[in-house]
Amino acid sequence: MISASAVTKRYPEGLEALRDVSFEIAAGEMVFITGHSGAGKSTLFRLLAAIERPTSGSIVVNGQNLAALRKGAVPYLRRNFGLIFQDQKLLFDRSVLDNVLLPLAIVGLPAKEAQRRARAALDKVGLLDREKAQPIALSGGEQQRLAIARAVVNRPAILLADEPAANLDSESAADILNIFLAFHQVGVTLLIATHDPLWLARLAPRQLQLERGRLIVGAA
Amino acid sequence: MNAFFAQHRNAVKNALRRLFASPLNTLLSLMVIGIALALPSAGWVVLDNLRDVTGSASGVQQISLFMTAEASKKDVGEIESRLREAKVGDWTFVAKDDALKHLQASEGMAEIIASLPKNPLPDAFIVEPSDTRPESLETLAKTISGWPKVAHVQLDSAWVKRFDVFLRIGKLSVALLAGLFAAALVAVTFNTIRLQILAQSAEIEVAKLIGATNAFIRRPFQYFGALQGALGGLFAALLVAVGGQLLAAPVGELVALYGGEFVLHGLSAFNVAVLAASGALLGWLGAQLSVSIHLHRIG
Repeated sequence: MISASAVTKRYPEGLEALRDVSFEIAAGEMVFITGHSGAGKSTLFRLLAAIERPTSGSIVVNGQNLAALRKGAVPYLRRNFGLIFQDQKLLFDRSVLDNVLLPLAIVGLPAKEAQRRARAALDKVGLLDREKAQPIALSGGEQQRLAIARAVVNRPAILLADEPAANLDSESAADILNIFLAFHQVGVTLLIATHDPLWLARLAPRQLQLERGRLIVGAA
Repeated sequence: MNAFFAQHRNAVKNALRRLFASPLNTLLSLMVIGIALALPSAGWVVLDNLRDVTGSASGVQQISLFMTAEASKKDVGEIESRLREAKVGDWTFVAKDDALKHLQASEGMAEIIASLPKNPLPDAFIVEPSDTRPESLETLAKTISGWPKVAHVQLDSAWVKRFDVFLRIGKLSVALLAGLFAAALVAVTFNTIRLQILAQSAEIEVAKLIGATNAFIRRPFQYFGALQGALGGLFAALLVAVGGQLLAAPVGELVALYGGEFVLHGLSAFNVAVLAASGALLGWLGAQLSVSIHLHRIG
């Protein structure tokens, strides 16, 4: 489903964020991208989400080489992903429900069906009773759950999460992990960038461990 | 197809929400756009009315032929024969006695005419040529002036020609003015949309990250620009209509003082539709430029 081959990412100022990274992930797998801060986790997340392009090498997702993807095709590719960002990127001038409706508006789902799907997604993450609230009124854990609801509302086959438990207390982090596990059980492919030792200790998942841009554990 | 209509419906709703979200800003923008469109429109209406004035004025493309004072009936008959042979078009003979009676009927002239020892007016022909091209009219006037007992030939279209030149200059000026104000309208919309984009940059960024196409992001802004431009066009039409109403009575009085009859006409329904459509098009263009530049900047 996801295949990276000799991926290198070098920034114009000379920083090499990733070097010669190769791995394969099958459909339905749950994989943790681990490593210290600055190891290249977020860069890999951005490359997998086609936010940036590799300097060399290839990343193939569902048969599409992201490095060779036309610019106009990128939005359609991203609709296959559920993206959860480290800073969540919520819209604070919109209600909880409106935040979740945004991906559905992008694909042009009729209003009635969109409302139904958005509420179902909020229900999955336990925020249905907060649909009218503004995100600023939510706790950190609730905001993260809202970000997850927005990511899954289009029923993506792949969920990419960048440090989803960052800045959360252990209880909220455990809630988030349980939500991810629930999606994993229904066959969603999960790639989670994290350096949370509790999650790793609890699940002992497959890991892609990065160190200074190199993949030191979990290579294909 | 449903998705296509749902996206457009959402974009229109979004644009309307933005229009009504800040009524004062919207009103001020509409006033700026309305005035910018009203000035060239008013100029066009004025020129259109002036064209009608020249079109309906007497003496347009006529040649007046005045006989000498001593010309006899035989001489008049000779001229009639020549006009018939030359197939110049229609003509009317105005006998000097009829001309005098007509003059006596004019206000304040009766006493003056009565004090004259004899009729000073000559017999005359009013010729309405079938060929109204300026060069043909001039050739005909020259030919007629060479006929016997013809004292004077007056080509009455000369002033119309001058007026036509004036109208052409006026039209060009209005076109230039329209171009300038169209650019101003695009700039106003560009700036309004730029401010909206700045206020919604987070939303645009998130939307792009989760799969929004550039078309999806542009759409509500385009609808906003087009709606604002169209409403500005309608506001301009309203300004022109009100101006026309205010001017109609004094203009009518002025024309009546010259013995004429004239009704000032404003913009037709078609003109109003064109004005609104032009505003919409220019607003759309301003929005398109503004969003495209922003999208290009953020990659």
